[in-house]
Amino acid sequence: MSSAMDLEYTAAQSKPKAFYESFERKEELRHQTHYCPGCGHGIVHKMLARAIDELGIQDRTILISPVGCSVFAYYYFDVGNVQAAHGRAPAVGTGIQRSRPGSIVIGYQGDGDLSAIGSAEILHAANRGENITVIFVNNAIYSMTGGQMAPTTLLGQKSTTTPDGRTAEHEGHPLHMSELLATLSAPVYIERVGLGDNKQIAQAARAVKRAVENQVRGLGFSLVEVLSPCPTIWKMPPVEAQHWVRDVMEKTFPLGVFVDRTKESRPRAATNAAPALEEIPRILGTRDEDADAIDDVPALRAQEVDLHVRVSGFGGQGVLLLGEVLAEAGMDAGLEVSWLPSYGPEIRSGTSNCHVRLASSPIDSPLVTHPNVLVAMNEPSLKKFSAGVRPGGWILYNGATLPAEYERQDIRILARDFTREADTIGDPRAANMVMLGALLEIAGTLPQASIDAALRHCVKQPKWIDLDERALVLGRSLCKQFLERGAA
Amino acid sequence: MDKLKPDRGLLKIDENECKGCGLCVEACPPKVIRIGDSLNHCGYRAAIYIGAGCTGCGICFMACPEPGAITVFRLVDRRATAVPVPHAQVEGAVSCASN
Ligand SMILES: Cc1ncc(C[n+]2csc(CCOP(=O)(O)OP(=O)(O)O)c2C)c(N)n1
Ligand code: SF4
Ligand code: SF4
Ligand code: SF4
Repeated sequence: MSSAMDLEYTAAQSKPKAFYESFERKEELRHQTHYCPGCGHGIVHKMLARAIDELGIQDRTILISPVGCSVFAYYYFDVGNVQAAHGRAPAVGTGIQRSRPGSIVIGYQGDGDLSAIGSAEILHAANRGENITVIFVNNAIYSMTGGQMAPTTLLGQKSTTTPDGRTAEHEGHPLHMSELLATLSAPVYIERVGLGDNKQIAQAARAVKRAVENQVRGLGFSLVEVLSPCPTIWKMPPVEAQHWVRDVMEKTFPLGVFVDRTKESRPRAATNAAPALEEIPRILGTRDEDADAIDDVPALRAQEVDLHVRVSGFGGQGVLLLGEVLAEAGMDAGLEVSWLPSYGPEIRSGTSNCHVRLASSPIDSPLVTHPNVLVAMNEPSLKKFSAGVRPGGWILYNGATLPAEYERQDIRILARDFTREADTIGDPRAANMVMLGALLEIAGTLPQASIDAALRHCVKQPKWIDLDERALVLGRSLCKQFLERGAA
Repeated sequence: MDKLKPDRGLLKIDENECKGCGLCVEACPPKVIRIGDSLNHCGYRAAIYIGAGCTGCGICFMACPEPGAITVFRLVDRRATAVPVPHAQVEGAVSCASN
């Protein structure tokens, strides 16, 4: 047929540009996806890639891959990619869209992902009318994990968790997410399409493009639910699975447009871009001086600090504040710190406590079960925590003498009526700061400037600051006396 | 068949990207795709174009789950220098074997 040679043909339909040329995931055949033969995910990917091409948005599109068979979508789409935890794509998408206005954010989710574990996220993102696009691939089953029932599984459909078929009595009815979301006021466009035959596929491609285009126009939340074959888990040859979408699945999930407010919607006002990372502490008000101060204290970091402190007492004794001032001072001095208050019903009566760590290297856990300093502001605290104190460590006890049953030879114990000591300088409620003073004397590492700054950060009232400063001084001197006596 | 009228379309299937699912075979209106007999690199029987009769409609392209397994070409109409290709289907064609 030599005449054919003279004819000129041009590619009219070919691999969309929004796909990578080569998919790095595999060792070989890097132009193939990981999907099973006849999988609907591949078809939906292609529609989406073509819509991205046609709308000219590849360089500002951010795709959120889900958990499920399509978890690797980021290996295929040559756009910005984020992989979200199971069901969280709408929340992640909200964050991305709000912090990077002008991006085209597309959440790609399966039915397990969107309608089970992620049912809250999708509901609220839709209700807020986030300017994102959600492509919801409904294959009526958890495929990736081997075929457990999804909220969308049809009545009578067998799954590994409904081996005799789903029943309404035991497992409830299939969840109609599109209809459910359509009851909300904010979404601009919700349509259910299918991949059941050529006509359905053509309509699905149009809907996917529209849903993305709405976002390009800034209109708000759009979702397309795609009834999609999973030949492998459904245990059907691909063509049969395709027809099952049209002949069976569609009866439970009717196709159609459930919301279309694109005509009356006005483009949403663009949000402001997210602030730079360096600006965040200032915005949160966590640091008034700039972070450069950290560089002033490399010496302290170099000194192997590893303080594990447990502070415990009655609610109202200022246990949490004591820990907070200590942690703040450590932070100001450039150390790694953690402060973990232990709330609960105890905050009103009984013992209240907190865990504080100060370290020159990163902190593995904020829990302090074996303190090297226990600050016990009452006897119940001793009972609860004294046995855990590390050998070589300290107990600071608020009581004139330590009850005999808590005596230990392998630790140092400073027992003193700190409440009465605080009373002598003006207020028994400053006992916590007297004890902190003693603790600072033991720890010995923190610069006074950091302690002053921390006190001002945590205690707002000037009259208390003055009292607390005196309390700290008193605590230090009580500790010094104790050490001198011990040495003598 | 009018032997002088060339095919409006032409199909290329990447044998090693194809997974032999048969969705394109099902989708093609003039039925000019079939599943081949030999196994490809992955052990699938890849689809093949029968060599003639493609209208260039592009339906098989959208039905195929693989990103680039199918490429659909359309005849460039030299008489009309304009780029757009008319949509009317053309019957009969010379074959343009690609597979
Ligand atoms: C937090 C969490 N819970 C559970 C899982 C296990 N898991 C992985 S995929 C999946 C279901 C996916 O189903 P679907 O969203 O319908 O996607 P499909 O695989 O069918 O495309 C589950 C439950 C997980 N990875 N993470
Ligand atoms: S198990 Fe089903 S959904 Fe997953 S890749 Fe295979 S066909 Fe697709
Ligand atoms: S382009 Fe149309 S006619 Fe040509 S092979 Fe594909 S489906 Fe068939
Ligand atoms: S639809 Fe694609 S993967 Fe399936 S047989 Fe045809 S060319 Fe091969």
